[in-house]
Amino acid sequence: MIFNTMMFMIWFSVWILLSWPIEIKDVISGILVALFVMFMTTGVMGPKDLSGRKNISLLGYLGRAMWFVCYVFVFLWECLKANIDVAYRVIHPDLLIRPGTIRIRVSLKSDIGLTFLASSITLTPGMTTIDIDKVNGVLYVHKLYIKDDDRKLAVVDKFEHILSRIFE
Amino acid sequence: MNEAIGSVLIVIGLAFDFFGCLGLIRFPDVYTRLQASAKCITLGTCGIILGLVCYKGFGATSIKALLCLIFIVLTAPVSAHALARAAYRSGVKPWAGTVVDDYSEDMDKIK
Repeated sequence: MIFNTMMFMIWFSVWILLSWPIEIKDVISGILVALFVMFMTTGVMGPKDLSGRKNISLLGYLGRAMWFVCYVFVFLWECLKANIDVAYRVIHPDLLIRPGTIRIRVSLKSDIGLTFLASSITLTPGMTTIDIDKVNGVLYVHKLYIKDDDRKLAVVDKFEHILSRIFE
Repeated sequence: MNEAIGSVLIVIGLAFDFFGCLGLIRFPDVYTRLQASAKCITLGTCGIILGLVCYKGFGATSIKALLCLIFIVLTAPVSAHALARAAYRSGVKPWAGTVVDDYSEDMDKIK
């Protein structure tokens, strides 16, 4: 119930922002659309996917929201660093790349947590996620510059630590 | 003042877009090119949108531009991932200078 209400608020505010100078007809159509989207997505994103625990209290959601804000700032910083890194490799005369695909072990279990981890890896430290093996908990990652000890990466650990607080 | 900050952000965004396109030409194979385009072009477009927001001030245009920014950041990595996976599955070989290739060893085992 709390989850559905929160999703409704999110979809409704997206609708309101999209049709910004708001009139009464926008509010009415917004309520209808937000209700429809809420019922369609609650099975995909609902709390039963968050590792089987169905009842999360309001305080629990607040804690998760705080961790999410923290995640956004860490993500933006890493994104900026990664972009400067890639731009440097592009303009370097010797084209500093040693590409390859590697396995990375992860401990996240939930679908939405893994999705967030894979997407943040793609946008951050010189890597692109190619595939996920959900059974064994392995991400296959294409990396631009491979050093010898790359099977366990500090950046991935950092993201995993934060995301496990949000989605597990 | 706002216009100055906006112009600087737009120039930074254009610079990153330029590096992304340059990477698209200079890098040797599909996967490395995908990296250059997915990363640099996401930040480049974000820079241009943020510059527009500074330029215009807070209003209907800026709110819609910020929503576009959120949707670009959410969808760009998903498309990059789908393209890389489809290329690997349809047999596009990585560049000859590739150091390790764990994924093609394990590719058939994953459902």
